[in-house]
Amino acid sequence: MAKVLILGAGISGHTAALIARRKLGKNHQIEVISPNSNYQWVPSNIWVGMGLMTPKQVKFELAPVYKKMGIAYKQAMAISIHPDGDNNIVKPYVTIEYLIGDKKDSQENIEYDYLINATGPKLNFNATEGLGPEKFTDSVCTYQHASRAWENLQKCLTKMENGEKQRLLIGTGHPLATCQGAAFEYSLNVAFEINKRKLNHLAEITWISNEYELGDFGMGRAYIKRGGYITPTKIFAESIFKEYNINWILGAGVSKIEEGIAHYETLDGEYHTKEFDFAMLIPSFAGSGMKAYSKTEEDITSTLFVPNGMMKVDADYTPKPYEEWDASDWPSVYKSPLYDNIYAAGIAFAPPHAMSKPMKSKNGTQINPTPPRTGMPSGVIGRIVAQNIADKILTGTKDHKHKASMSKMGAACIVSAGYGIRHGQAAVMTVYPIVQDWKKYPKWGRDIGYTVGEIGLAGHWMKLFMHYMFLYKAKAKPFWWMIPE
Amino acid sequence: MKTETEKTIPYSESSYATEPTRWTKFWRRSFIFQIFRFFLLNLKIMRIVVGGHS
Repeated sequence: MAKVLILGAGISGHTAALIARRKLGKNHQIEVISPNSNYQWVPSNIWVGMGLMTPKQVKFELAPVYKKMGIAYKQAMAISIHPDGDNNIVKPYVTIEYLIGDKKDSQENIEYDYLINATGPKLNFNATEGLGPEKFTDSVCTYQHASRAWENLQKCLTKMENGEKQRLLIGTGHPLATCQGAAFEYSLNVAFEINKRKLNHLAEITWISNEYELGDFGMGRAYIKRGGYITPTKIFAESIFKEYNINWILGAGVSKIEEGIAHYETLDGEYHTKEFDFAMLIPSFAGSGMKAYSKTEEDITSTLFVPNGMMKVDADYTPKPYEEWDASDWPSVYKSPLYDNIYAAGIAFAPPHAMSKPMKSKNGTQINPTPPRTGMPSGVIGRIVAQNIADKILTGTKDHKHKASMSKMGAACIVSAGYGIRHGQAAVMTVYPIVQDWKKYPKWGRDIGYTVGEIGLAGHWMKLFMHYMFLYKAKAKPFWWMIPE
Repeated sequence: MKTETEKTIPYSESSYATEPTRWTKFWRRSFIFQIFRFFLLNLKIMRIVVGGHS
């Protein structure tokens, strides 16, 4: 009997748990450790941030689903990994700390045969002074944050309805932040709501981002067929922003937030401030902060993790200039190079480098997006990691039959641009592959036949449909396994 | 939305951006046309999903 231990119950970890359970049957143990008692469908947090959905509509309790599926579950945080055991424990184990209940603050060692690190991002608000819901800005990264963002946005809308001008600042809150897509989506929804209430003349909405150009989204831009032309996403994004009356500041590294003021540096080395009445700024992401120790209790964290806490996998981490980046640098099976039984899935794995070209300001500050890992690739990675582990357990193979490199995988993103079954719209974007492969696709970096950018009511229906479909799947309802990631 | 006069400041960044025409906006919200696009876009996404990993 083998035990698969999964840290994290987000899109990647939860998918891995369900797939592993299905593949392995009852003879083998699956256990999930997560500090959250709920699963949340993160893409719909945007609508929580607009008051269009409640937190209850985007989440559900994990315990009953895991009980139904025969998956052990502990609500705790993983503190450290001991991949070789220690002087007293032969098997590898993870040390966890309970966060609630009778066992709060107590620690426990959980042994494993296979470990999947799917701990997701640490929302690194502290990397920017004054950033975050505890301080001066809002966020839509979790349903709790999004709920608070809606409360603050409502105050702004009420002031506008009383004739007071309001300045709204939306974008990225750190020079190396990622997840521009989520902030972009929120800015469009805010603009849509302001337009619906006929308050445009009282609203100044500004997009602030570390992207070199609009439409970069951390993917190094894309090209789409549109209106008889092959168009960069820069044109696509600028067009949407112009239509929605959103101004933009680009190449901006936000360095500090005070009450109502954002301080930022631009690539020309100049320092600026931007005043705001409402700000939603995405933080930089880091790994969960777990440590790792050898059998003799030596700190080996730096051998398993990169400095920001994300886990090293089968990627090429050799430092190289942008011109030498290659699609083959990206991992395909997400296994630790040091341990055959440790994997990292979703946002927890360390990318080899960015997708967007690194940019430095004249003062030497690096200001560029770091690579996004959206829901679709996160789910796919969780799936293939679970499948490969199941194959190892059931057949003894050392090979990895299932692969999912982001340089060979496509993704679809649906960017809501207004809610409403009859009058809403969303931008549907697909790219294939996610990471550009300039050797295989020398002209556009990606397969232009698979790359789509389109706005319309259909996109809104698709996002709403996916909300219900993926929550159905995550709850492991009948035939859940037929729904692809 | 603001009027075109307010938006088009010559040589401003946004003045270089394209804008959708009335017909483009019409097709974006045309119920029947968007039902067709809904199914077609879902098929395109399925192609990507199916081919995305081994």
